[in-house]
Amino acid sequence: MNIAVCIKRVPDSETRVKIASDGKSLDEAGVKFVLNPYDEFAVEEALQRKEKAGSGEVAIFCVGPAAAQETIRTALAMGADRGVLLQSEKIPADGYITAQALAAELKAGKWDLILFGKMAIDDYNQQVGPMVAELLGLPCVTAAAHLEIDGAKGVAEREIEGGIEVVEFPLPAVVTADKGLNEPRYPALKGIMAAKKKPLDVKPVQLGPREGEGGIEIVALTPPPQRKDGKIVGEGAAAVPELVRLLREEAKVL
Amino acid sequence: MTMILAVVEQRDGTLRKISHEVVTSAHRLGGSVDALVCAAGPVKGADQLGKFGADKIVTLTNAAFAKYAPEGMAQAIAERAKSGGYTAVVFAASATGKDLAPRVAAKLGVALAGDVTDVGVEGGVVVATRPVYAGKALLKVKVTGQPAVLSVRPNVFTPVERPKAGTAETVATAVPAGRVAVREIKAAEAGTLDVAEAQIVISGGRGLKEPANFKVLEELARAFGGQAAVGASRAVVDAGWRAHADQVGQTGKTVSPTLYIAVGISGAIQHLAGMRTSKVIVAINKDKDAPIFKVADYGVVGDLFEVVPKLTEEIKKLHG
Repeated sequence: MNIAVCIKRVPDSETRVKIASDGKSLDEAGVKFVLNPYDEFAVEEALQRKEKAGSGEVAIFCVGPAAAQETIRTALAMGADRGVLLQSEKIPADGYITAQALAAELKAGKWDLILFGKMAIDDYNQQVGPMVAELLGLPCVTAAAHLEIDGAKGVAEREIEGGIEVVEFPLPAVVTADKGLNEPRYPALKGIMAAKKKPLDVKPVQLGPREGEGGIEIVALTPPPQRKDGKIVGEGAAAVPELVRLLREEAKVL
Repeated sequence: MTMILAVVEQRDGTLRKISHEVVTSAHRLGGSVDALVCAAGPVKGADQLGKFGADKIVTLTNAAFAKYAPEGMAQAIAERAKSGGYTAVVFAASATGKDLAPRVAAKLGVALAGDVTDVGVEGGVVVATRPVYAGKALLKVKVTGQPAVLSVRPNVFTPVERPKAGTAETVATAVPAGRVAVREIKAAEAGTLDVAEAQIVISGGRGLKEPANFKVLEELARAFGGQAAVGASRAVVDAGWRAHADQVGQTGKTVSPTLYIAVGISGAIQHLAGMRTSKVIVAINKDKDAPIFKVADYGVVGDLFEVVPKLTEEIKKLHG
């Protein structure tokens, strides 16, 4: 089974967000970057599928800066076979541009599955996977929390409001991974050593809107509005009547 | 003339309430608003959309649309968006909208601004604001695609009634159903409200001590008379106490209820990512230094097993 997994290098979720002097981007000084947590589910799923099939390869694709080689190495240390970095120092805010770059690269391969995390925890775009599917003309299931594959047929479960949707689709397909799909493994020391010798292609890409095409243009990145200082209403059950009064009369939510 | 297409949702032939929010947010973009729903037949409640300002309510019918049909619906919506000459297409950032909007945007060859919490028009260009970096920053963007495609975060755009006699149009569409088919929906327990859609969310964390104790929160939820859902922190979901569907936070759901009550939750940054756009936040925790008190509008320090039952009692009094 040949599986492509598309990953992203993102700031760790504990990062203190400091806005850069351009007022439009993150100040990356001192920021720790990690493999996007949802992509870990995608990598793990690919490894398990390949192990079950007994043959094939798991290839990692990443659009990112030179430093994203390290992120790809993390996936290789988990057990993926090779990596491709589509190198661009700036990642566009417009997910469609990233999708176009990935689709152009993936088109050449013969994939049974193309996996993504359901979203990146930095830009919350949640769109590159299904856009790549559209560009490649492949069926797509997003936010799969359970996946079964039998030959060329897949069944996935996705959480919807008030229930679980059971979806059938043919392979090859694009699937984006939600939490619950599996338990991602930690790279073992042996894996980390082996990853250093695995092939990693670096290909520079030009990412930018083409003339005349609309896209997403960043106006500003700002801190969220400060919530007004909260108050401790009191201690224990005795504080409850006052809490209810405040919720009714001050906050007007009851 | 600006024309906006508001893509609304139905399930089992009944309009979903989130549709009111989609039409309301579409209105912010000015001009006329056409609401579009994909269904197998007439949609109960669709005629109400005129109340929220829809000039026209378009029902695109196809036998395959009885259930969610991502490929068929994406094609039908994209065709309509193109032929109708709309300046913007607005979806809900619901489970369905998050799946559908990127497909439609890619079919139209344009960008998508997803899960936005504010929309408007500045200098003739659609602008939108989206929380990024776990809600620790807001990204304001111009959406210059023709059309501009957006999805709006549930519970952020309070439905505004603007009574209007919306006209109705039903068009049968012949698009193929597509390769991805919903076989069944395993419904959650009847009467359970989804945390992403509830007006009131009461979430529990490790402070609950054991799974059975969530009944304290369920009783409080019931006291609110069907408006409240019970959520959970990652810690208790990972421990298997609650279903992942109930998890609020970075690897769970993002909620924006009118009232969020965090019970026995310390308030890790990943949890805050999922609930910081709630309108009013109440924290109940025995540790007065818990980070949750930093984002809470109102805090009660104390034993939740004393505080929550008292709160249930007081709420019951209000709801008589």
